Amino acid sequence: MANIQQEISSFLPEATFVEGTILEVSVPDAKWHDLALYLHDKLHFDYLVSIVGMDWGETMGCVYYFTCTADNSQVSVKVETADRENPLLHSVTDLWKSAYLYEREVYDFYGIRFINHPDMRRLFLRNDWVGYPLRKDYNADPEVNPIRLEHEAVDDTTHAIVETPDGKLEERTNTIFAPEEFVVNIGPQHPATHGVLRLRTSLDGEIVKKIDVYCGYVHRGIEKLCESLTYPQTLHFADRLDYMSAQQNRHAVCLCIEDALRLEIPARAQYVRTIMDELMRISSHLLFYATFCMDLGATTAFFYGFRDREKILDIFEETCGARMTFNYYTIGGLMADIHPDFQRKVKEFCAYLPGMLKDYHTLFTGNVIAQQRMKGVGLLSREDAISYGIAGPSGRASGWACDVRKNHPYALYDQVEFKEIVRTEGDVFARYMVRMDEILESIHIIEQLIDNIPEGDYALKMKPIIKLPEGRYFRQVEASRGPLGIFIESHGDKYPYRLKINSACLPLVGGLDPMCRGGKIADLIAIGGSLDYVIPDMDR
Amino acid sequence: MLFDFSIVTHWIDNLLRSVMPGWGALLVEFVLVGVALLLLYAVLALFYIYFERKVCAFFQCRLGPNRVGPYGIFQSVADMFKILIKELISLNHIDKFLFNLAPYLVIVASMLAFGCLPFGKGLQVIDFNIGVFFLIAVSSIGVLGILLAGWSSHNKFTLIGAIRSGAQMVSYELSIGLSVLTMVVFAGTMSITGIVEAQNNGWFIFTGHIPAIVAFLIYLVAGTAETNRGPFDLPEAESELTAGYHTEYSGIHFGFFYLAEYLNLFIVSGVASLLFLGGWMPLHIPGWEGFNYVMDCIPSVLWFFGKAIVISFIIIWFKWSFPRLRIDQLLRLEWKYLLPLNLINLFVMVLIVIYGLHF
Amino acid sequence: MEVKIKSMKYEDFKDNEYIEQLINELKASHTNVVVGCLDEVINWGRSNSLWPLTFATSCCGIEFMSLGAARYDMARFGFEVARASPRQADFVMVAGTIVHRMAPVLRRLYDQLAEPKYVVAVGGCAVSGGPFKKSYHVLKGVDEILPVDVYIPGCPPRPEAMFYGLMQLQRKVKVEKFFGGVNRQEKREKVLGK
Ligand code: SF4
Repeated sequence: MANIQQEISSFLPEATFVEGTILEVSVPDAKWHDLALYLHDKLHFDYLVSIVGMDWGETMGCVYYFTCTADNSQVSVKVETADRENPLLHSVTDLWKSAYLYEREVYDFYGIRFINHPDMRRLFLRNDWVGYPLRKDYNADPEVNPIRLEHEAVDDTTHAIVETPDGKLEERTNTIFAPEEFVVNIGPQHPATHGVLRLRTSLDGEIVKKIDVYCGYVHRGIEKLCESLTYPQTLHFADRLDYMSAQQNRHAVCLCIEDALRLEIPARAQYVRTIMDELMRISSHLLFYATFCMDLGATTAFFYGFRDREKILDIFEETCGARMTFNYYTIGGLMADIHPDFQRKVKEFCAYLPGMLKDYHTLFTGNVIAQQRMKGVGLLSREDAISYGIAGPSGRASGWACDVRKNHPYALYDQVEFKEIVRTEGDVFARYMVRMDEILESIHIIEQLIDNIPEGDYALKMKPIIKLPEGRYFRQVEASRGPLGIFIESHGDKYPYRLKINSACLPLVGGLDPMCRGGKIADLIAIGGSLDYVIPDMDR
Repeated sequence: MLFDFSIVTHWIDNLLRSVMPGWGALLVEFVLVGVALLLLYAVLALFYIYFERKVCAFFQCRLGPNRVGPYGIFQSVADMFKILIKELISLNHIDKFLFNLAPYLVIVASMLAFGCLPFGKGLQVIDFNIGVFFLIAVSSIGVLGILLAGWSSHNKFTLIGAIRSGAQMVSYELSIGLSVLTMVVFAGTMSITGIVEAQNNGWFIFTGHIPAIVAFLIYLVAGTAETNRGPFDLPEAESELTAGYHTEYSGIHFGFFYLAEYLNLFIVSGVASLLFLGGWMPLHIPGWEGFNYVMDCIPSVLWFFGKAIVISFIIIWFKWSFPRLRIDQLLRLEWKYLLPLNLINLFVMVLIVIYGLHF
Repeated sequence: MEVKIKSMKYEDFKDNEYIEQLINELKASHTNVVVGCLDEVINWGRSNSLWPLTFATSCCGIEFMSLGAARYDMARFGFEVARASPRQADFVMVAGTIVHRMAPVLRRLYDQLAEPKYVVAVGGCAVSGGPFKKSYHVLKGVDEILPVDVYIPGCPPRPEAMFYGLMQLQRKVKVEKFFGGVNRQEKREKVLGK
């Protein structure tokens, strides 16, 4: 840590530092791009984890989180601007491709525009939306933004601000689709987009030429809602983000808050949390198997996946009382103790599933057609995966060992033995196989823990009102689809000043365009299915 | 021996002719035949819809329809009522005439083909010497309907669906044609009755050696593709093109496509049973007189429908276990594998026939 | 006149008053016998063959998928043929949160559905905005933009609850007058402002 600090300060003397679990560097915007270049090229922070837009009252700005994939060291950078009328910051899209979507998100929520970003359109909200909702002075009057039933204008062009070599700023208009292109609207209501994602796709016959992603069809404004809720109240949103990793998401929020409070969680809770996380992962991967096969036209496989997923839901239901939105973890432990049958049922399930997986493989994986549809399709290199921030199982399929459970262990992951499944092909098949193999690994983890759940309390006694000490906290967990990061800035109140959810799915769609180019429409569906994004997670 | 339905038809014919002039009798017969075919068509379609749903449900560890009537057998009847009274949405910016014509083309094509199937001994509408040729000719009118449907709907998805389907049908028509031709060479006739009669002493799939089996397999694959069923259901690939070429159709127009899809399944299986499994001819094993006699006791109609349904079952089985092909793989399969194979197969068949190598 | 649903007793349904009110309306409208019988046959067909539009935006959508999957198997009731094209569907299950950006799309989907069409609001979000009621971007229930026929509360509703809701829809369809369709018009006019 000190070493990074030294290097940065020798490169950029005006940088100021705040030490914490993650070192925070503050730089003025004028120097920001130089520092970014230095971080990227010299210090090898090649993975941009998150960009958190912020409104601090007088100033606005962003907090960037970087990771170096070689040694997993982390650093964060804070950049501010005092201009609230026309806030401008420098873009880093040229260095980290994932910044493309992140910066558009910040623009959408805060109105901060990024110099040299090629495409400054709104990401989640309609293009005729008035105001920037996450600013503290946003006018939430429904009169300003009524429910509009007319369709928004399609944008074939976009605007950008570029910096000319002599330092002047210029407004530009960039073309997205030329008028003569054959553009097909896939979504928002389309069976293959797994929810409501809209892909405007330019086609040449069957061949995909370009994809322009539209998000926000289920943007629920969770981050803004959290700012007016107490910490325990914010938890329930986590379950509804990526509902296929409800437990892990909630784990992330709990961890972040527990970290800030420096709480020591009872061992029993730790065990149960780890087991629940893994069960959730299995259920999510089973759903992936189901929907992915359905996308490829193997409808029967869909039913197999769902049938076995129901078994996990039964286990969840007994203990948590719900099939999907569990509300099970709380700050300091668990809502309730496990059901007396829990251990027995989990063990039965762990014995049952591997046999079923064999069936799955006979039905689908080994099929010639399936193999041909999957192998060599949607290639993603390791460098691209890192640059686009495509982590999680999709990243591991490209050879990037990015498992948070290994890199920054939480709960009991440093005490159990498990393999991180990494493949190097980077195609659809690899992404599929990584998930299928992860199911087995998860079973392996559960088997190590299930018999050893210690007796004792399942939760700490917590006060109903929790106040976090001032500061910025960032925690990640490995959700089913990749690292889910929770950022909390606390000003010492019982409400978070800013709570940002760094979803694992948003970067996935960022990589859709390069992966699909030159492929067929059917490949687009296969690639989309193999990335396995969940739209509400990405839209929040 | 098998009951010959021509006795019944001739009796009706004579009866009619005795009470009215020849043209009148003919007219009445046309109407009768038409009504009978339409009824059969509708009943079969309903049966097939129900059949497929149940079969696929059992493949998928489900129960399938079971609320409407015992075991849900009236499910497809309910569906039919519903579809009949659904609104026909009229769209703007479309070619109204072609748009409305398309479903009729599709259904007419399948009805025509349906009409010349031999349902039983002596039970067929028309028996002329180029029966098989006629069958293939009319069944390819359907693709025209699909192309028109896709094109006239003024929708990009339907257009893609239609073009896909055009490419697919034109390609697989070749395979169907060639594998049928192989069997025609073997039978030495194009007349449907002739082909069936020729299988008196053993179905072609047994007597025709390897070429017949190869032709049968190719026919099954190509037939599945012709009916736009999985794994060749690209024109209506739900996960890619929402509902393919018929996305914009509602009400009974959609119902026509829906029915035609199932009936085409029956036609393809019917033709397969005709060419390879002896049509309505019972299973005969030369020499086993007792066995043959027992087989003959089963009515010919049952034989035909039984065989057709078994083959349909296989095709349905395909659909529910295979993933969908991609368009380039689909075409590659046809042009690079099936077509050359078919040609060689035809050649071998010709050799076998010339040198009399068959049973 | 009693509205029967197979394997579920009349008394087991909760809001029978509502159905009875519909029946009375139906009786009051004095249809003649022929039309009445025809109506009954048609309604039998319609209520047993309600095809949903595949539409799901979020969490509730997954439960909707479970409804179609092996354990719950909505094919039993004839809801089997989920159509991806709105022109061929009979009702839309609004499963999940509807936000401002989605509203025009959903409305267009509804307009594209062929008559007679129904809307089922599934889950807290579609009923009232649910947990996101206070959000700047979420609709406070789909009834702001669509006439809803059946509400299924829950977050997410259990598949059993969804079935219950769908049976209610079936009952509703059964007591409707197909020819003329009086008891649908009013509500639609109120919501759509036509
Ligand atoms: S009602 Fe609950 S489960 Fe359903 S979409 Fe809304 S938040 Fe998700």
